[in-house]
Amino acid sequence: MLSLYAPGTSPVHRTRAGLKLAALAALGTGLFALPRIEVVAAALVGVLVAGLVVARLPARALWAQVRPVWLLLAALFGVHLLVTDALTGTVTVLRLLTLVLAAAVVTATTRVTALVAVVEWLLRPLEVVGVRPARVGLMVAMTLRFIPVVAERAARIREAQAARGASGMRLGLLVPLLIQVLQLASTLGEALDARGADDVPARRPRRA
Amino acid sequence: MHWGRRGAAAADAPPLPRTAVELRDVTHAYGERTVLSDVTLTLTESRIGVIGANGSGKSTFARLLNGLVVPTAGTVLVDGLDTRTQVREVRRQVGFVFQDPDAQIVHPTVAEDVAFGPTNQGRPADEIARRVDEVLDRYGLDGHRDHPAHLLSGGQKQLLAIAGVLVMEPQRVVFDEPTTLLDLVNTRRVAEVIEGLRQDVVVVTHHLDLLARFDRVLVFEDGRLAADGSPAEAVPWYVARNA
Ligand SMILES: Nc1ncnc2c1ncn2[C@@H]1O[C@H](COP(=O)(O)OP(=O)(O)OP(=O)(O)O)[C@@H](O)[C@H]1O
Ligand SMILES: [Mg+2]
Repeated sequence: MLSLYAPGTSPVHRTRAGLKLAALAALGTGLFALPRIEVVAAALVGVLVAGLVVARLPARALWAQVRPVWLLLAALFGVHLLVTDALTGTVTVLRLLTLVLAAAVVTATTRVTALVAVVEWLLRPLEVVGVRPARVGLMVAMTLRFIPVVAERAARIREAQAARGASGMRLGLLVPLLIQVLQLASTLGEALDARGADDVPARRPRRA
Repeated sequence: MHWGRRGAAAADAPPLPRTAVELRDVTHAYGERTVLSDVTLTLTESRIGVIGANGSGKSTFARLLNGLVVPTAGTVLVDGLDTRTQVREVRRQVGFVFQDPDAQIVHPTVAEDVAFGPTNQGRPADEIARRVDEVLDRYGLDGHRDHPAHLLSGGQKQLLAIAGVLVMEPQRVVFDEPTTLLDLVNTRRVAEVIEGLRQDVVVVTHHLDLLARFDRVLVFEDGRLAADGSPAEAVPWYVARNA
């Protein structure tokens, strides 16, 4: 999910983020409503064409998204062989695969800010009950930004501890990591202030 | 060269020239602990360095200049704006760059992050796009606009942090140890960027050679202004003092 945006100018890239997310939702609903092998296979081909041919994404980028769920899909197929039949298993697995790939195509062709803008738009009705969409959107973007930062700091602490003879993943990692994250958060709060995060206008200008 | 306090007593001073930062009898304490005492200063120079030992109050001083810290006593005026009551206006005038670039980059990719400040300022989308292009180009980040920020080098991250501040077009920029985490090449690069700014700058640093061509250097010691003069005077004084 992280920073997968692969810049480009293809029609898929240029399609509005809201439309892509809506299509993703429709695809998900449709595949569950019509669990037939022809439908699922056609959808899979469609997604692959959109991703590899139209958007010209490298196959590697899509594979990177499938790899983490590969085992899960195989296990699911195995379960279906035991309790239902191969056809149902195939439909179920291909359906999930299609959705994973479709999500990968959307995230690879859409800027985070554009996705965030959609989230903000969806939240707008909640403004009446005091939700601040711009704030939620910023939170989403910052989460995506800081997951790799924190992961990197954790890795650095683990290295430092390993260099001093510690081994494996230990509770001792958590304390120094927590301290670093708190420091980071404190500066981050100041940086947000300094960059005017508090001045958020009622409506953010939209981009992309 | 002035030793200790500088300038006239604060209370009945005449109205401020438009382009100055003025501290009047500023004291700051975190809880019980006083970390800055009785600082009175008028800053009109375009290049001001701030040096001093760890814990001497440099960062606190820097944060006073854009209202990130409000003094417990005394007044800070930025071009006549009081940081206590007009903090939003002050922050629009004074940009702030921190030591750790990771802590000030808030969006996952380069161009998105640069757009963050001007978006907060409520500028129109086409103007934001134009400004973002311009600063990315100026700081050699043009080829990285859609790169994930966490994959940039340390030096590039700091340039990105600087770009994210300058795109807001502040009148002044305060830097708190902008080169402390950088290697020699990137330190030089950031130093050149700072030198080339048309804005007035205040730079807190332990890299004394960055200050050679500055107009004025302030030395802090235990929360007091211990020396204040040209780099040729203040830097050797500080070095001798800590020898
Ligand atoms: N938020 C805070 N709460 C409590 N004490 C603080 C806080 N920030 C700083 N201090 C203390 O205030 C004193 C001055 O800190 P300051 O950060 O201004 O020093 P500095 O000159 O920037 O030091 P360094 O060179 O280490 O960055 C230090 O003793 C520090 O421990
Ligand atoms: Mg400091």
